[in-house]
Amino acid sequence: MAKILIPTALRAFTDGKSEAEAEGKTVGEVIAAFAAAYPDIARHLYDEEGRLRSYVNVFVGDENIRGFGGLDAPVKDGETVTLVPAIAGGGAGRA
Amino acid sequence: MSKGIISDDRLSSLSNEEIARYSRHLLLPQIGLEGQERLRAAKALIVGTGGLGAPLALYLAAAGVGTLGIVDFDVVEESNLQRQIIHSTRDVGRPKVASAADRIRAINPGVNVITHNTRLTSENALGIIGDYDVVADGTDNYQTRYLVNDACVLLGKPNVYGSVFQFEGQASVFSAKEGPCYRCLYPSPPPPGLVPSCSEGGVLGVLPGIVGTIQANETIKLIVGGGESLVSRLLLFDAWEMRFRELKLDKDPGCPICGRKPSIHGLIDYEQFCGLKPDHAEAPVDAIEAKELKTRLDAGDKIQVIDIREPHEQAIAPFPGAKYIPLGQMVRRMDEFDEKVDSVFLCKIGQRSIFAIRALREAGYQGRLLNLRDGVGAWARDVDNNMPKY
Repeated sequence: MAKILIPTALRAFTDGKSEAEAEGKTVGEVIAAFAAAYPDIARHLYDEEGRLRSYVNVFVGDENIRGFGGLDAPVKDGETVTLVPAIAGGGAGRA
Repeated sequence: MSKGIISDDRLSSLSNEEIARYSRHLLLPQIGLEGQERLRAAKALIVGTGGLGAPLALYLAAAGVGTLGIVDFDVVEESNLQRQIIHSTRDVGRPKVASAADRIRAINPGVNVITHNTRLTSENALGIIGDYDVVADGTDNYQTRYLVNDACVLLGKPNVYGSVFQFEGQASVFSAKEGPCYRCLYPSPPPPGLVPSCSEGGVLGVLPGIVGTIQANETIKLIVGGGESLVSRLLLFDAWEMRFRELKLDKDPGCPICGRKPSIHGLIDYEQFCGLKPDHAEAPVDAIEAKELKTRLDAGDKIQVIDIREPHEQAIAPFPGAKYIPLGQMVRRMDEFDEKVDSVFLCKIGQRSIFAIRALREAGYQGRLLNLRDGVGAWARDVDNNMPKY
């Protein structure tokens, strides 16, 4: 079981929850199980071809999965998977 | 030999007045006379004088950064004052750069303030940024963030990054000479409207204060040339849970601007890049004007009006007769709609409602879907003047 940390920007799709748990041996399996529990979040994580969207970064522990095989990166029991989508807000600094 | 980003030939001795003013910095061996001289010689550009730009400008001015440039094209609005502490109630309606420049001069008359009352564009960005040693990014939109990033990479300037949303902030230092740039982290932005802006999603007033202050700290360290910078690290801050997290950032060898074989050699069209120009790949969404909706409702037309805002937001300005289905539950509650009847979707500004419609279409909904153009804001403006505008 891995712990998933859900950023504020995606909590509208998880009934406001900031954490979830999901089973899986790889990041892909963990996120797929998570998306199955919250179907409205799927289109925010995957593009039409089922790839992870490029404005969502996934970290296992403090490492970005990009350098560790992407969705195939292994997840050990009890590890934390953090979703980090791009946010642009500057408190309305308009330039 | 020079330390940090300010070369030694730009340094000169402090006056006795300056020694008195900056005494608490001078007492820190990590800053000292030399560090303070570097701060005075430095030219820092703050892009955006909003929630992040406000503490950035206040602290960099107080710290004695010799030249502070500020870029913003907006005017101060009442709804800014909850967090943009560089502006005052009496400044409402003034250009933000004018209001910010007054405050900077009041804090420290020794600072040379340069105001750029303009939108940063692909045409002017290299010219403006080229004059500065370091850039602090406090903008509120993706196109300017990619523009600032690309200009900084092309010019070899460090970009002190901060970003906020609701209770959550991010900070890093993008300095492509030593570490990753913004594009290494996010190769492309989300489609417009998918992630609500602060004007739709809200932001805790103190949050940009904390994140902007972290940016000011990183800017000062880059200028003084010491400490551990946030290069190659992403700091995440959750103000509600009061938690900081730190993640490792790696340079992407395939990055289109700072990678091994860059494909971007100049500034591009960032509106296009961020999908803000009409995209023919995505089918347009039909819109209905507020007045037309009112006419049809008054005539007794059978219409399902769906309010997709969150419950706390509906409470600010409820829409009479609407069925509430928050955006996040749209697809799973699709069977609550009658496909034979027109559906009108509404939110605050008519942006998230487009996503609700697209999500339903993708999920196979067959009925007619209309978007209330400009959201309940338009209803308050054109139909019901008693409805609060938020």
